[in-house]
Amino acid sequence: MVTETSTQKTTPSIGDYLRNNIREYGLLVALVVIMLFFQVMTGGVLFRPVNITNLILQNSFIVIMALGMLLIIVAGHIDLSVGSIVALTGGLSAIMLVKMGLHYSLVVPLCLILGGVIGAAQGYWIAYQKIPAFIVTLAGMLVFRGVTYVVLQNRPIGPFPKDFQSLSTGFVPDFLGFLGPISFTTPWLEFQQSIFAGDSWAMNWPAPQLIDAQWTINNVFALFCVLVAVGIMIYVGIRNRAINQRHNTENEPFGFFVAQKVVVSIVAIFIGFQLSTYKGFPNVLVVMALLIALYMFITTRSTVGRRVYAMGGNEKAAKLSGINTERLTFYTFVNMGVLAALAGMIIAARLNSATPKAGVGFELDVIAACFIGGASASGGVGKITGAVIGALIMGVMNNGMSIMGLGIDYQQLVKGLVLLAAVFFDVYNKNKG
Amino acid sequence: MDNIILEMRSITKTFPGVKALDNVNLKVREGEIHALVGENGAGKSTLMKVLSGVYPAGSYDGEIHYDNEVRNFSTISDSEHLGIIIIHQELALVPLLSIAENIFLGNEIATNGVIDWKQTFARTQELLKKVGLKEPPSARITDIGIGKQQLVEIAKALSKKVRLLILDEPTASLNETDSDALLKLLMEFRKQGMTSIIISHKLNEIKKVADKITIIRDGGTVETLDCHNEDISEDRIIKGMVGRDMEDRYPAREPKIGETLLEVKNWNVFHQHHRDRQFLHDINFNVRAGEVVGIAGLMGAGRTETAMSIFGKSWGHKITGEVSMHGKPVDVSTIPRAIEAGLAYVTEDRKHLGLVLSNNIMHNTTLANLGAVSAGGVIDDYKERTVATDYRSKLRIRSHSIYQEAVNLSGGNQQKVVLSKWLFTNPEILILDEPTRGIDVGAKYEIYSIINQLAAEGKGILMISSEMPELLGTCDRIYVMNEGRIVAELSKAEASQESIMRAIMRSGEKH
Repeated sequence: MVTETSTQKTTPSIGDYLRNNIREYGLLVALVVIMLFFQVMTGGVLFRPVNITNLILQNSFIVIMALGMLLIIVAGHIDLSVGSIVALTGGLSAIMLVKMGLHYSLVVPLCLILGGVIGAAQGYWIAYQKIPAFIVTLAGMLVFRGVTYVVLQNRPIGPFPKDFQSLSTGFVPDFLGFLGPISFTTPWLEFQQSIFAGDSWAMNWPAPQLIDAQWTINNVFALFCVLVAVGIMIYVGIRNRAINQRHNTENEPFGFFVAQKVVVSIVAIFIGFQLSTYKGFPNVLVVMALLIALYMFITTRSTVGRRVYAMGGNEKAAKLSGINTERLTFYTFVNMGVLAALAGMIIAARLNSATPKAGVGFELDVIAACFIGGASASGGVGKITGAVIGALIMGVMNNGMSIMGLGIDYQQLVKGLVLLAAVFFDVYNKNKG
Repeated sequence: MDNIILEMRSITKTFPGVKALDNVNLKVREGEIHALVGENGAGKSTLMKVLSGVYPAGSYDGEIHYDNEVRNFSTISDSEHLGIIIIHQELALVPLLSIAENIFLGNEIATNGVIDWKQTFARTQELLKKVGLKEPPSARITDIGIGKQQLVEIAKALSKKVRLLILDEPTASLNETDSDALLKLLMEFRKQGMTSIIISHKLNEIKKVADKITIIRDGGTVETLDCHNEDISEDRIIKGMVGRDMEDRYPAREPKIGETLLEVKNWNVFHQHHRDRQFLHDINFNVRAGEVVGIAGLMGAGRTETAMSIFGKSWGHKITGEVSMHGKPVDVSTIPRAIEAGLAYVTEDRKHLGLVLSNNIMHNTTLANLGAVSAGGVIDDYKERTVATDYRSKLRIRSHSIYQEAVNLSGGNQQKVVLSKWLFTNPEILILDEPTRGIDVGAKYEIYSIINQLAAEGKGILMISSEMPELLGTCDRIYVMNEGRIVAELSKAEASQESIMRAIMRSGEKH
């Protein structure tokens, strides 16, 4: 009865592979296209080292919260309270650091625990009392904002001690400083002006010019790290392919593998190089990168991650398979609280003051990042890489439009449309397939 | 009264992998009550869905003649327009709206979108009088009993100028008084010239009201019996429903029965939602090693509820009684503990309760026993792949790889994935709830072979099925359940479709 061909392993053609994975590659391509678009539109400002550094500093907290939000959305819930948790933990960290004079090595863990407690308080109602997350976290959003106003007595608190600030605004020191700075010159294509000139709507085509640009690598260590990271990535990729081959499991087409690695390597080296010509890696970039790696590992390799996906995909089936769905839901909210607390401290340190208005509307950016990144509103589907790229797409658009001088009004409008377009793309693909 | 109102000719309907209807013919005269009988899954409901336009014209083969014209219904409203109204087993009423609102839902008496409440209530009164329901039109559906809700559905049908009324298991959830009232109402309608088709398992009721009986089996018409020309006994109907050759549809097995594995004593369970209603009464049964034990019964007899209440108390509340394995009491109060005790429950509802459809075969296979493929909370990729690949080839799951999403598999293969998941927990007792529902004959045979193999390995199998031939073909012993009680225990020698049906009917009459 079994037809032998159907049980055999088949290697998918490139076309098939592209169709099956259109979501992931589509997203990456979209990010690159958006970046190039703004690079041109801003007359080359976007990729300047200072701006790339800025981009990272501005978006790190969105990315960090998107990691937790993705788990929540995959689990089939939502968290509207993260913006308020950001404000509250930022405010409490300011009180402890500035007013009480505690050392940051005590304050940071305390605030993270506090974030976890806040998440637990909401998770309890959602997981064990079965109140919809939308309602519980909407209440949380109001409650924690209110508490923030109370504890800050309606006034911003700052400035922070230097060591705490460096959590957010500091850079990784150049451990290979004895080698640098290294200077060299290459030909370079430079765009002279922005398309939108000044405040008129007149369009000026950017005039590309070939110039001899001088580059100075100020932070050799940053460049070194990027090169090592790219090397490891390629090595792991090749090794995994070999393992897959040995165990007779499906590999992506070889051409694809090469193209993907080449593109990712170029982008990584380019960004690493740009950063190294400025001040090197911001501390938050390191924190963010480690967290991304950790959550990628959790979602793809750990039993906890697997169970979250199963629960979001079909809660009843997961429960009947012996998974404690209540406890799992509870802990996804605890986790979100901890990440929101971390984001809250990063923001406070970056602004060098804690205000009761911090983080207003962040929940929407974070949620949008997850949905742009391909998470499904009904749960069970979504990837960390998607959420991170989604957050970067939003970040680049914010940044690019700001540089172009577009106001917050247009930024919101465009972001809304992008969100709708991305989700429509998902739905369209799903219906077609 | 020789006017034929409806004729369905050679209706064939296939679903991916399954032929649900195969050349079915049905002829209904105007003004008669025509009963449609057959086992669960024989194709009765599918046939009615074809008739009412749930499955639009073009999605099936064959012709529907209604009022001497060929009709191609593409939506339900097409058929309703011509007076064909179907009342489904699960009532389609909005619980929090009033009777009047429900009756005219989607069909409101309104001018420019403004509802004329006075007329709505007046017409509702009239309709309620016709069906003999004494409730104010403003009463909410949730506040009236299920029998009255059924009458509201009929009133709703009357409001749409019904000519052909189709009732799918109308009395399944009614008590005897309500059932009688409903049947009387149908006979009243017959006097007024209305035609009805009634789908039912309750043969005594059918005998009472039907003019003709069409029997459907395995998606084909067996025969149409005329109740006026001959005296049709229930046994005669049962024979038509089940009489098929059973050779070689079930793989042979030499039972090697060992010690008692699972023993359930004095199991009492209250209803999950209606918390003051006792649903299961004093259930006692046992399963021995290497034995396949069946539970027969009609829908709603409490078979699934029994299994689920034992499996980690995942159904019901106020559960009392004792479960023991190897003669020692075990704790089955949560699902992980039940799994630990050696139980596994393969659900009847694999899409909603069995599989994570958005996950692939591999992830579904290991879900209930992730610990066995991981260390310190980290999944060992290689181990997991090996396990999934093993089960895929052992159970012959047809797919392009273990990475195929469960949603894209056929019913039979989905069922095998659910089986893989539970086999991987290495249970001693495997409870199979309707393991072959909605899968084709070939895949059924494979599932039976797997069951035999498991029994040969010394596992105890408890099989719930609504297909009696399947139980007779695979089981060593059969318990019969009805209305929350075990009403008979039949050895392989005693068990036959007639004896099972008789046990059910007899117990039904007692209560």
